[in-house]
Amino acid sequence: MDNYKVIEHDVIVIGAGGAGLRAAIEASAQGVSTGLVCKSLLGKAHTVMAEGGIAAALANVDSEDGWQTHFCDTMKGGKMLNNYRMAELHAKEAPMRVKELEKWGAVFDRTKDGKILQRAFGGHKYKRLCHVGDRTGLELIRTLQDKGVHQGINVYMECTITKLFKDGDTISGAFGYYRNSGEYVLFKAKAIVLATGGVGKSFSVTSNSWEYTGDGHALAYEAGCDLIDMEFLQFHPTGMVWPPGVKGILVTEGVRGEGGILRNNKNERFMFKYLPESTRHEFAETEAEASQWLEATLNLTKSTARRPPELSTRDNVARAIYTEVKEGRGSPHGGVFLDISYQDSNRIKQKLPSMYHQFKELADVDITAGPMEVGPTAHYIMGGVRVDADTAQSKVKGLFACGEVSGGMHGANRLGGNSLSDLIVFGARAGLHAANYAKELKGKPSINGKEIEAEITDLERPLNAQSGQNPYDLHKELNHIMSTYVGIFREENDLVTGLDKLVELNKKLDNLKVVNNRTYNPGWHMCRDLKNMLICSMAITKSALSRKESRGAHSRLDYTETDKELSKVNSAVFKQDGEMKLEHTPTLSMPEELAKLFN
Amino acid sequence: MAKVTLKVYRGDKEKGEFKTYEVPIEDGMVILDAIHYIQANIDNDIAVRWNCKAAKCGSCSAEVNGKPSLMCKTRLDRFAKDEVITVQPLKTFPLIKDLVTDVSWNYEVNKHITPLTSKDEGEWVIYQEDIERVQEFRKCIECFLCQDVCHVLRDHDKHANFAGPRFLVRTAGLEMHPKDTASRTKYLKEEGGIGYCNITKCCTEVCPEEIHITDNAIIPLKERVVDDFYDPIAKFLKGLFKK
Ligand SMILES: Cc1cc2nc3c(=O)[nH]c(=O)nc-3n(C[C@H](O)[C@H](O)[C@H](O)COP(=O)(O)OP(=O)(O)OC[C@H]3O[C@@H](n4cnc5c(N)ncnc54)[C@H](O)[C@@H]3O)c2cc1C
Ligand code: SF4
Ligand code: SF4
Ligand code: FES
Repeated sequence: MDNYKVIEHDVIVIGAGGAGLRAAIEASAQGVSTGLVCKSLLGKAHTVMAEGGIAAALANVDSEDGWQTHFCDTMKGGKMLNNYRMAELHAKEAPMRVKELEKWGAVFDRTKDGKILQRAFGGHKYKRLCHVGDRTGLELIRTLQDKGVHQGINVYMECTITKLFKDGDTISGAFGYYRNSGEYVLFKAKAIVLATGGVGKSFSVTSNSWEYTGDGHALAYEAGCDLIDMEFLQFHPTGMVWPPGVKGILVTEGVRGEGGILRNNKNERFMFKYLPESTRHEFAETEAEASQWLEATLNLTKSTARRPPELSTRDNVARAIYTEVKEGRGSPHGGVFLDISYQDSNRIKQKLPSMYHQFKELADVDITAGPMEVGPTAHYIMGGVRVDADTAQSKVKGLFACGEVSGGMHGANRLGGNSLSDLIVFGARAGLHAANYAKELKGKPSINGKEIEAEITDLERPLNAQSGQNPYDLHKELNHIMSTYVGIFREENDLVTGLDKLVELNKKLDNLKVVNNRTYNPGWHMCRDLKNMLICSMAITKSALSRKESRGAHSRLDYTETDKELSKVNSAVFKQDGEMKLEHTPTLSMPEELAKLFN
Repeated sequence: MAKVTLKVYRGDKEKGEFKTYEVPIEDGMVILDAIHYIQANIDNDIAVRWNCKAAKCGSCSAEVNGKPSLMCKTRLDRFAKDEVITVQPLKTFPLIKDLVTDVSWNYEVNKHITPLTSKDEGEWVIYQEDIERVQEFRKCIECFLCQDVCHVLRDHDKHANFAGPRFLVRTAGLEMHPKDTASRTKYLKEEGGIGYCNITKCCTEVCPEEIHITDNAIIPLKERVVDDFYDPIAKFLKGLFKK
């Protein structure tokens, strides 16, 4: 049967955000034939939206900084659940990867003496985020895109992968459809790199785009990988809350990094109240001290004043805002106030240009003249495919994962700016090791034709159905379930109810109906997206049920403290005999020389 | 509930027509929200591109009442009450379906532009004042609205001979990079077809990133081409001072 096209490469990279692009550049630099597949047009992946910056201990602004501090900040932010080796490699290699970007054409903002400028961000002890105003992701993706194009990578745009194939326990290929034409395509490959990003579309209020349906998580799960730490979903504290159409759209942490202040409707600077005991000493004690810090930051001078409380970690700020609103101290549209308008208006427009335009155009708010209204939004998943830190290889031979789809690097909570650096550090590693693997592999793993036929039948069911449900209605149901039962604060009863409802919803997947044919048909696309979202939602909910404690982004109302035993395990979800299983597996233990850094 | 009437182009390469939809209005709603409403509630198969919903990715380009616009940034309350709003795909590129066009030509053009070239292998010292202009060009989100509106492409179909404003902006960003040593004037004059641009400034008017495409990118590039090809003394002097 030849109702699909066949394309062959040594390495196929699925996903063209920062991680996938960097992986493809590295693989092709190793001299293997490399294909890059993505659902959107090139340059439109989530990475393009990143605003605040990329974390790397260059020590251009705060000379005390170094990889050791970055490593410790990352581990502390992740409540020590991180794969320490990933955090270590990340902290050591991020500076080199950022400098490489500059040589490839990225034009970062500068310090007075002509170096890459760095700004403060939550959870980072020093000013560490290299940035370009508030459009750092655009700079990163465009730089990598241009580099990749000139290096001769083959790009397959607007092509969705729906299945991975194995020959025994070894990866052998991927199958999918072109969105434009509906044409099917089989990619034969020796190695595959997953770089598909996150899962936010399962939630009703999210900063994520249509692409974030957890495809890579689901593909890896189906192929036999472990999904670890899935209970840790980051709610970013500051999303837009009004008007309804933009609810959830991100307001960069850069606003707080530049001095933005959070207040409730009583005009109280509430973050002082919410600093956890363990880190309180790192933050300003009074408004006066916070102002001193800001003064020094704006003038690029030194000061002993400590950071403002708004720069606490995201999990903490998100819970604080949620609590303020719930207890009746919120803003008119159900958020809190974030104010930067007390600063010089030209400076705001220069440092936060896209925020200025975003609020002006979408919400009729001039952020140089008054406060914004903000509230939590589902933003980033710390959990993902379990990989080996050094090679980025998963449990399945020849299957690699990097970027947001991989798990371990960020533990229980990611620090802002640590994702963009994660992408280029582990993107490069995944590309290198996938290429090496492909070079060493003897023979070509094969693909079973019957599996392809079965996949086509499955994909076409909603097109052939006589009657059935609207996939968009099911999507709304899913959003409702996740936002109601698996939100920022969780408890046993809610999680159990949520899981039951997900199981019910899952049954309806066989009964979908869409009109028209396969040509650019978003309704049809949504049918498969739903399957992936459900796999991820169940993994999140099961993992959340299993962690009977509060840690990082996972907050339980029925277990409000951290648990000593649970501090030593990661949750791992995997498929066995057709069912979703869960296990707690021990965290990796750090060698002495790293453990010493925390004394 | 208040409603808005939209006439949206539905069709493919072969045939198509405007279809009228009534969509309930919410506060602050944009055109893209209305299209999504149609997708979720009326016609699941309506094709549209989008990603960020915040004017950052350049995916949702279309012509709204004839004006090339980002749908995620075009508010419904900017139109008169009872005004019927038409939404149609970009005219300059071949239609795929409904509001989605084939913009792959743009990606081909990019491949022909010499990337950043520098022999400086040390740590780069670059001052903010020397990159303000380059950073302006690098704000481009590749929405291709400027390509859509430019008459050289839109009305004269010079896709084979003219790179279009987007790629003149890109070239300017490389040419004016403080560390770049390559020259792209030959490219601009020949393949890039900069001579086709007669400075109508239509591109600048539609750019959602407010890049001064004509004044800051195209005109200085035209001057460089003139210097290099028509003014031997200037070329000689420039050669002397180039690092
Ligand atoms: C608004 C916003 C602002 C942010 N700001 C910052 C910041 O300032 N600093 C920071 O460090 N982080 C930030 N983040 C987080 C960071 O941007 C993301 O985590 C990161 O960009 C993810 O990169 P990635 O390469 O893993 O995936 P992405 O960039 O999302 O790319 C995923 C790719 O996979 C493709 N894909 C997915 N599924 C399939 C499939 N089935 N078949 C084929 N292709 C597929 C997609 O098309 C896409 O090309 C921000 C996130 C958001 C949403
Ligand atoms: S100024 Fe030049 S590039 Fe811009 S629209 Fe006019 S002719 Fe086209
Ligand atoms: S220059 Fe402006 S109009 Fe043209 S593609 Fe870039 S952002 Fe769009
Ligand atoms: S959806 Fe990104 S620019 Fe409109």
